[in-house]
Amino acid sequence: MKISARRRIVNAVMLSLSGICTLLVISVLFFILGYLLVHGVKSLDFDFFTKLPKPSGETGGGMANAIVGSGKVLLLATLIGVPIGFLAGIFLAEFSGKTFAFTIRYVVDLLNGVPSIVIGIVAYALVVRPMRHFSALAGGVALGIMMIPIAVRTTEEFLRSVPNSMREGAMALGATRAQTIFTVVVPAAMSGLISGMMLNLARVAGETAPLLFTALGNMFWSKGWLEPIATLPVMIYNYAIAPEEDLHQQAWAAGFVLLMLVLAINVTARMVINRGHASSRR
Amino acid sequence: MASSSIAGSLRHRANRGVLARLRGGDEISYLVTLACAVLIFVVVALIVAKLWGNSQPAIRAFGWDFLRTSRWNPNGGKFGALPFLYGTCVTSAIALLIAVPTGVASAIFLAEMAPPKLSNLLTFLIELLAAVPSVIYGLLGIFMLLPLIRVYLVPALKSTFGFLPLFQGSFYGVSFLSAGLVLAVMVIPFIVSVSREVLLAVPTEQREAALAVGATKWETTWDIVLPYARSGIFGSIFLALARALGETMAVTMVIGNTPKITASLLSPGYSIAAVIANEFAEASGDLYVSSLIFAGLVLFGLTIVINALARILILATSQKAATA
Repeated sequence: MKISARRRIVNAVMLSLSGICTLLVISVLFFILGYLLVHGVKSLDFDFFTKLPKPSGETGGGMANAIVGSGKVLLLATLIGVPIGFLAGIFLAEFSGKTFAFTIRYVVDLLNGVPSIVIGIVAYALVVRPMRHFSALAGGVALGIMMIPIAVRTTEEFLRSVPNSMREGAMALGATRAQTIFTVVVPAAMSGLISGMMLNLARVAGETAPLLFTALGNMFWSKGWLEPIATLPVMIYNYAIAPEEDLHQQAWAAGFVLLMLVLAINVTARMVINRGHASSRR
Repeated sequence: MASSSIAGSLRHRANRGVLARLRGGDEISYLVTLACAVLIFVVVALIVAKLWGNSQPAIRAFGWDFLRTSRWNPNGGKFGALPFLYGTCVTSAIALLIAVPTGVASAIFLAEMAPPKLSNLLTFLIELLAAVPSVIYGLLGIFMLLPLIRVYLVPALKSTFGFLPLFQGSFYGVSFLSAGLVLAVMVIPFIVSVSREVLLAVPTEQREAALAVGATKWETTWDIVLPYARSGIFGSIFLALARALGETMAVTMVIGNTPKITASLLSPGYSIAAVIANEFAEASGDLYVSSLIFAGLVLFGLTIVINALARILILATSQKAATA
């Protein structure tokens, strides 16, 4: 049977169009990287990492407080989000019945879909309002809630990928269920778990919206955990919409540092995960 | 003698208190992990309760008029969120209009045509796009995309479609169109990676059967594979829509933050998420704050419904493929 010219042409055109679309999407990534690299490196200097922001009107200064601030808020978020998500993930993978697991998974997915700005409002209502001031703690709570869904799904996925024969082996040696989980299953899934949690952290590290009215921002060092605190993403936002050209340069530098951090974590973690998958398939 | 000691030990076990039994570890770990799982329900319930409770003053004061009127006047105590709702919908529509064809086409290429190694590499790169923080999209939007749109896209649109009310009026850079374009780039990765997964889940026999009766590669894809994966692809689109509706920073930075309803996509607008981001920290007065939280509740409701739908559609496809 001969395929008509029209059908052949449609085939070729449509297939190449799909290839072109893919190329277009990929080129956007490289465009972003290139543009940010050029502008970011140009404005990045040593002061950026060591100095405080200058008062408006003066040029120079850096974002040392925002770098430390991001670290503090992310530490709080990890302490809140990861344990809850990890333990709930263990429940899903090791203890739960089918229907209940399905329900939890569904609710976790919905929580994952809640817009970050809404999470910000909730953290405001939960922490800022009762304590009557903006704080690093409130920012940590907001990001912590955002970390829960991925922590749950990551834990469940990697624990499930541990072969059942390992659980049976441990139980046959007389280990209890809890001993099996915590001394055999979790260690076996450890590299995946850590990579997954790093991805989770990288995802919330760039979150800005939930911090706008929880952590707020600060032009100086923030003492302790109950004061407003500067973070990199919020600084980028504030500087990008400011009129001064010097602040735009700082925003580029901060954007460059943030993106490199996020992408570096993403690339390493995904490579570790993929290697694990490849070896378990073998 | 032996049997009585067994009976004794059984009785002893039964008599052990709850605390003693917990010492085994199994029960403790069961209860602790169960508590964490239940805590997730509590968190979701808390989100709903806090949004609902804190928006009560605004709900009582305005009711449905909140969504039907367009005067947003904090000084006069009048709050109508229609312009924000309009901006959220318009920008998301523009985003989907661009992202759906591009994303689905890319997914087709990655699932049906590219060799597995290349496909995995390209998917990896596209998923990196999803990892770029939204504030960085906003930064690039302001300084890279806005000038490009002003110099190239808008003159071209005006000269070809200028007769449409959509592309009339003056253009300052910040606009519905700019926000929609940034959103499109941001949601494409979601469409690509989910659509690719559902396409890959379509059984190979379906393709082989179509090819065997003489269909071309494209006809196989378009008439057989896509319909099979249809609900999963719609799921990915709804997922992207939910992202677009709730996206805050990038939109706030390029939409212009002007609460107006106009037909022209070239004029500045506002979105629900953007107004919350801009005004929440400085809002004073119960009614003002509560109106912003009410807007947040509306946004929450919208995204939850769309997400719920998306998950069901994706689940339905993967189950169909699993049973086939």
